[in-house]
Amino acid sequence: MTAVPAQAASTDRRRLKVHETAIGDRIYEIVTTFCALVVPALVIAIAITIFAGAWPAFSKLGLSIVTSSDWDVNAGKFGAAPAIFGTLVSSAVALIIATPLAIGVAIFLSEFSPTWLRQPIGFLVDLLAAVPSVVYGLWGIFVLVPMLREHVMPFLRDTLHLGATPFFSGPAYGPSMLAAGVILAIMALPYISSVSREVLLAVPRSQREAALALGATRWEMIRDAVVPYAKSGIIGGIMLGLGRALGETMAVTMVIGNRPEISASLFAPGYTMASLIANQFSEATSDLHLSALTAVGAILFVITLIVNAVARWLVWQVSRDRAV
Amino acid sequence: MKALKLAVFVLFAVACAKEGNNSSTASSTSSSSGSVDLTGAGATFPYPLYSKWFDEYAKLTGVKINYQSIGSGGGIRQLSEGTVDFGASDSPMSDAELAKAKFGPILHIPTVLGAVVITYNVPALSAPLNLTAPVIADIFAGKITKWNDARIASLNPGVSLPSSDILVVHRSDGSGTTYIFTDYLTAAAPSWKAIGKGKEVSWPAGLGAKGNEGVAGQVKQTPGAIGYVELAYAKQNKLPIAAVKNKAGKFVVASVPAVTAAAAGVAKTLPANTDFRISVVDAPGPDAYPISSFTWILVYQHQRDSVKGKKLVDFLNWALTYGEPEAPTLDYAPLPSEMTPKVKAKVATIDFAGAK
Repeated sequence: MTAVPAQAASTDRRRLKVHETAIGDRIYEIVTTFCALVVPALVIAIAITIFAGAWPAFSKLGLSIVTSSDWDVNAGKFGAAPAIFGTLVSSAVALIIATPLAIGVAIFLSEFSPTWLRQPIGFLVDLLAAVPSVVYGLWGIFVLVPMLREHVMPFLRDTLHLGATPFFSGPAYGPSMLAAGVILAIMALPYISSVSREVLLAVPRSQREAALALGATRWEMIRDAVVPYAKSGIIGGIMLGLGRALGETMAVTMVIGNRPEISASLFAPGYTMASLIANQFSEATSDLHLSALTAVGAILFVITLIVNAVARWLVWQVSRDRAV
Repeated sequence: MKALKLAVFVLFAVACAKEGNNSSTASSTSSSSGSVDLTGAGATFPYPLYSKWFDEYAKLTGVKINYQSIGSGGGIRQLSEGTVDFGASDSPMSDAELAKAKFGPILHIPTVLGAVVITYNVPALSAPLNLTAPVIADIFAGKITKWNDARIASLNPGVSLPSSDILVVHRSDGSGTTYIFTDYLTAAAPSWKAIGKGKEVSWPAGLGAKGNEGVAGQVKQTPGAIGYVELAYAKQNKLPIAAVKNKAGKFVVASVPAVTAAAAGVAKTLPANTDFRISVVDAPGPDAYPISSFTWILVYQHQRDSVKGKKLVDFLNWALTYGEPEAPTLDYAPLPSEMTPKVKAKVATIDFAGAK
């Protein structure tokens, strides 16, 4: 009974003491809060600027900027549908190529690789993310595009007879949606594989041992115990890679062919929203042209937001499934 | 309390963002009164020559000129807003653009000429390919699709042309080069009028590549490709170039004298009060290369700062006198000699009435 007030008093004193020395904590709190708020404030400021700049185009052109394929500056027509299509398709192609490869790399590094090999391979894969995109573009022009034109495209079209499908038909010039997709896949790959590798390595040992103890083979252990555990993180990595692919400008501009046309064939040249802005912004002088380019930026902004929202939702879905 | 704190932070952050914004524009203008005396922005095409001029001029007079080659469109925008002392453009400003300038009338001062050449990748050819405007127009419009088309063959008697497909490569970025090329086709090929001229047009065919190097790279790598690049770029990279039929009916391969000849043909007929917003595509004269154009420095007629204004006028006079002869070393064509006095007379009309 007597001990209680004494204890209370001592904790009081301790709290007091904490409070006295907490000025450092307060500064720390203020600084970190400030840092945390700068980012959302920046995003909001960017969004406001973009949408304000895009408003004249949206009000004058209406939905046609999204639905029309006719981009003719001289005639004052600004239809960005091919660019929107190109952004989505090239990013999708990139993910289709990059995801299995990246997850394969991640699984090898976390499950099969000898420890001495893990570091160098991981380092090399991460290094892909450090290469400037203009270097990818140059490599694309001088190596990838000629290779696609002379070997890969004829192989896909004629040897595999995929030319019968609309997706691999038509003349093989080289610069194409396929070239853009491949370049983007290489650029998105390190993001996906790095994140996946880290989450796979974070899967508790007990998870693996439990699976093995139940008589699972190594493959079954990875498939049934490790990957499901890491699924939300892997999806997060894929979405990070997708974000990279959606916004990439320079390398894509250099290999996609920049033709504002919607074509089913991956061999046909295309256009992306980021390329459109990069190509035309510096020489745009009319108000509507500038506003239309800003509007394309606004649409890209919204698409990226939607992708991020979907990613959050997916991660949330997956982690909820696991909790149940 | 928490909400208030949040609000204060957001305000602070926004204020910071604004502050940053202001200071960045302020620094770009304030620097002009510091170590740099004049600032300019605009066309990338004349940049190598201009930077050589600015360099020499700084050595001679100590007047430093900072030029940013951000593109003609950007140069026109910045000059209109008054954030630079002069602009530079490969295509003349339109009346609408001139009307938007905030500080009164803008003068076009032609400095040098450039040309656009047709480059191609047809390995079998040894001599330059002969082309005419209507044929070029139909190739770039996608109407002529084979190299051995009768219309190309008839211009090149005795040359065996391959039966391969023609791949058109054009600029994907807005460019003065595209302006000059489409200006020429609009002037000389009736069939191109529907497409029109501009720094970017709605191309009916082909691939877009970024920059001269993009077009040249694509043409070099793709057998059967055809594209257009600046003369200086083509010469420095030794690209094969086509001979183009001029107004006098002669096939002319682009060269510095041929480009100056095009301007000379037009200069003779200039009215005394010209604003120099003149096109020299499809120029008369037997030696004129037809796909040529001036490039301009853009300045306000009524300078707002008499010190800077005088420096600018001095520089322009120096460039027109001593800078011109250097142009050919960098593959730019100088103004024809009969035109220089007229341009100098235009520079002399710059006054400092805008000064406060």
